[in-house]
Amino acid sequence: MSAMLDGGIPSGPIEQKWGRCRFEMMLVNPSNRRKHSIIVVGAGLAGAAASASLGQQGYHVRCFSFHDSPRRAHSIAAQGGINAAKNYRNDGDSTFRLFYDTIKGGDYRSREANVYRLAEVSVNIIDQCVAQGVPFAREYGGLLDTRSFGGVQVSRTFYARGQTGQQLLLGAYQALEEQVGTGTVTMHTRSELLDIVIVDGKARGIVTRDLVSGRVSSHAADVVVLATGGYSNVFYLSTNAKASNCTAIWRAHRRGAFFANPCFTQIHPTCIPLSSEHQSKLTLMSESLRNDGRVWVPLKRGDKRPPNDIPESERDYFLERRYPSFGNLVPRDVASRATKEVCDEGRGVGPSGLGVYLDFAAAIARMSREQVDEKYGNLFDIYEKITGEDAHAVPMRIYPAPHYTMGGLWVDYHLMSTIPGLFVAGEANFSDHGANRLGASALMQGLADGYFILPYTIPDYIASNHLAAIDTSHPAFAAAEADVAERVRRLVGIRGKRSPDSIHRELGKTMWDLCGMSRSDQSLRRALAKVPELREEFWNDLRIVGSGEELNQTLEKAGRIADFLELAELMCIDALDRTESCGGHFRVESQTSEGDAVRDDEHFSFVSAWEWKGQNAPPELHKEPLAFEYVHFAPRSYK
Amino acid sequence: MKLTLKVWRQQEAGASGRFATYDVDGVTPDMSFLETLDLLNENLLARGEAPVAFESDCREGICGSCGFLINGVAHGGRPGTTVCQLSMRFFEDGDVLTLEPWRARAFQVIRDLIVERSAFDRIVQAGGFISVPVGSARDGNAILVQKESADTAFDAAACIGCGACVAACPNASAMLFTAAKLMHLNTLPQGQPQHHLRTLDMIAAMQNEHFGSCTNHGECEAVCPKGIPMEFIGSMNHDLITAMFRRRRERPPAPDVGKQPYHEIEETGSRSRNK
Repeated sequence: MSAMLDGGIPSGPIEQKWGRCRFEMMLVNPSNRRKHSIIVVGAGLAGAAASASLGQQGYHVRCFSFHDSPRRAHSIAAQGGINAAKNYRNDGDSTFRLFYDTIKGGDYRSREANVYRLAEVSVNIIDQCVAQGVPFAREYGGLLDTRSFGGVQVSRTFYARGQTGQQLLLGAYQALEEQVGTGTVTMHTRSELLDIVIVDGKARGIVTRDLVSGRVSSHAADVVVLATGGYSNVFYLSTNAKASNCTAIWRAHRRGAFFANPCFTQIHPTCIPLSSEHQSKLTLMSESLRNDGRVWVPLKRGDKRPPNDIPESERDYFLERRYPSFGNLVPRDVASRATKEVCDEGRGVGPSGLGVYLDFAAAIARMSREQVDEKYGNLFDIYEKITGEDAHAVPMRIYPAPHYTMGGLWVDYHLMSTIPGLFVAGEANFSDHGANRLGASALMQGLADGYFILPYTIPDYIASNHLAAIDTSHPAFAAAEADVAERVRRLVGIRGKRSPDSIHRELGKTMWDLCGMSRSDQSLRRALAKVPELREEFWNDLRIVGSGEELNQTLEKAGRIADFLELAELMCIDALDRTESCGGHFRVESQTSEGDAVRDDEHFSFVSAWEWKGQNAPPELHKEPLAFEYVHFAPRSYK
Repeated sequence: MKLTLKVWRQQEAGASGRFATYDVDGVTPDMSFLETLDLLNENLLARGEAPVAFESDCREGICGSCGFLINGVAHGGRPGTTVCQLSMRFFEDGDVLTLEPWRARAFQVIRDLIVERSAFDRIVQAGGFISVPVGSARDGNAILVQKESADTAFDAAACIGCGACVAACPNASAMLFTAAKLMHLNTLPQGQPQHHLRTLDMIAAMQNEHFGSCTNHGECEAVCPKGIPMEFIGSMNHDLITAMFRRRRERPPAPDVGKQPYHEIEETGSRSRNK
């Protein structure tokens, strides 16, 4: 065990920390800003917002995306909404309450100072997005509408029908494109990051592969920002987009960035159940549906009657029964686990038995079909498109699916990783959600990082460090390029039999079964035996057709899976080490007789930050202790 | 079920392409159209042939990455549906389907079913935004927006930029795409200060690319997976005429964001505006 990690939290009362930090940070004179270059990798909410904001300030920004356009980033698929402590409803909301809810929702595994800052800037995000023209839902008086989400008892979620992520991303994309038009930001599309370049201990550039020509090239800068999203696709089937991957953060990890809390993954309770063996992804049904939908299963095991033939007295509304005060709006980890339990008891519904009903009959009777459609119409449409069933007439069937990863690269209060000059934003970092993220908080965090935090902390880094002028002729770039080219050659040269997808499916199933919604010492040890075998198989029996010097989607997939195969092992190591249940991490050895999770605050109130020690050496654990001065430890109860 | 797919295969931009015919067996009704292509690609890979290149990402109809013509119809012709959401239960055993990339001069084919759509980004760069330096916004509720305006703006903003409208138009016009972004921003009170300039600049940028003009066929609306109505093009024309009359000073030239269309950069290796 090495020295404790320090997050660099400013001193003073929590409500003054960020203000004091901003004042103490160093500034860069406007006329000097254009002399400094910043690379931003990823163009989702965090990346586009950071690129646009830093471009507006006058820095020379280069933004990289593997998509054909920055508007495709997976932030676009977020449905439900974005939280902000506006208290427009006069229902008791405040910055402190959003902070409190997020700490509690994260099961006391996040940093108080970061979360308070997030709650503080949440109000500025809404203002910024409204001013950009994001078409949030409005009431007839012209004011902003809100709704409620899981894990909270106030109505603080702003939304744009079921497409909030799309509209927020388009706002950030438009701000980014405006800067591209004025020349402060240069956009590199269809470019995938394959390595980070470190010079004199600082991140000074990246190596990318052009996905059309296959050309490998280097880019130098003063600062590198990774805003490359999460790694739920380690499970193969998840709600993430097909191309979402861990390559950027994993490459950075291998170059020295610590990886924090890799085992903290979120399984979202309301997704459409798996239906075919060829299924390529799972589709989320927004958590907002749990505002009005009631979750139930038959009381009896193996009850195969159609749902509408099962009388009220033979239904078990298990969330309402077990958690009367929060009911169907318990946090995601709690709802997912309860769902898994009833299915494991043999009371699941649908052809596979892996599903529960989400029923709108009561809502339609209470409101009207029109009012229900006004709120959720597009979600009912999506459901019908995929399943062919009308959720007005028969209840939806839902089942949990991997959705979000709270873990990510370790960052300090300035969002800088353990590699100086390498900043990490959005889902790619570990910062604000602890062991479980509350609904409508991912959009908030991505935009907070991009619009309101990095634009302060990056200039401070530039102003307070002497950054030698370097360009891509520095030997470190040539070395990294050679590594990348060698890896591409190696992948293409295996010439085995298995497709990347077949190995990815097998990895995903292994992780889902052994390191998914519940984990045990035994299951994790089995996963730790299986994953290296799969990795071995991958590197000996992979088949790629075509070369690295052309558009080659099989090669792209293979490169990403190679990194998932390494990350998967770290996830299991972390999950094995954390012998407590907290948030999305449920160890079967650590539960009450009623099956509720038991945290171990005495031994595990810390952030696990893992250091890469080489291919054949175990990673080294560093701990960042977590102190709770404002929200005191309590068993998290939603009863 | 078993399907026969005639798929456009083209190695790279500028190369000549051809249709290749493949049988795909074992398709089930609960698969999506792209999962059928995944299955085809697994088969091709097993035979040592290059898989069919196509774009997709979210696979839930919101990112706008996917799209090609199925038997000549963009996204396959189910209302409000992108190809990633298109269920195989709408097809029958023995169907023969022809798959082609978007066909438009402004969208050059890069590989098989993948086309270059960066012209859309350049149209947005010209004026598809509201200029608000970060940090300068006032309280969100200080700007009142009529519910009708917010709803109309949302209807227009729902565009996913997939390019089906261009592919379906006999003139390969991008007017539905451009009109949707103008309608979104021009409808909102926040968008008013830049209303005229935005209209003129975005239309200039659109004309800078290789898009045709609208002659009211309505094919765009018919295939739009987000149901963007053609009446927005009428509103755009109205806004254009108003902007041309109301401008108080000579219109500044459109910003130089209409960089040369992608394939000309590739061909000439230069970024000069006029060849």
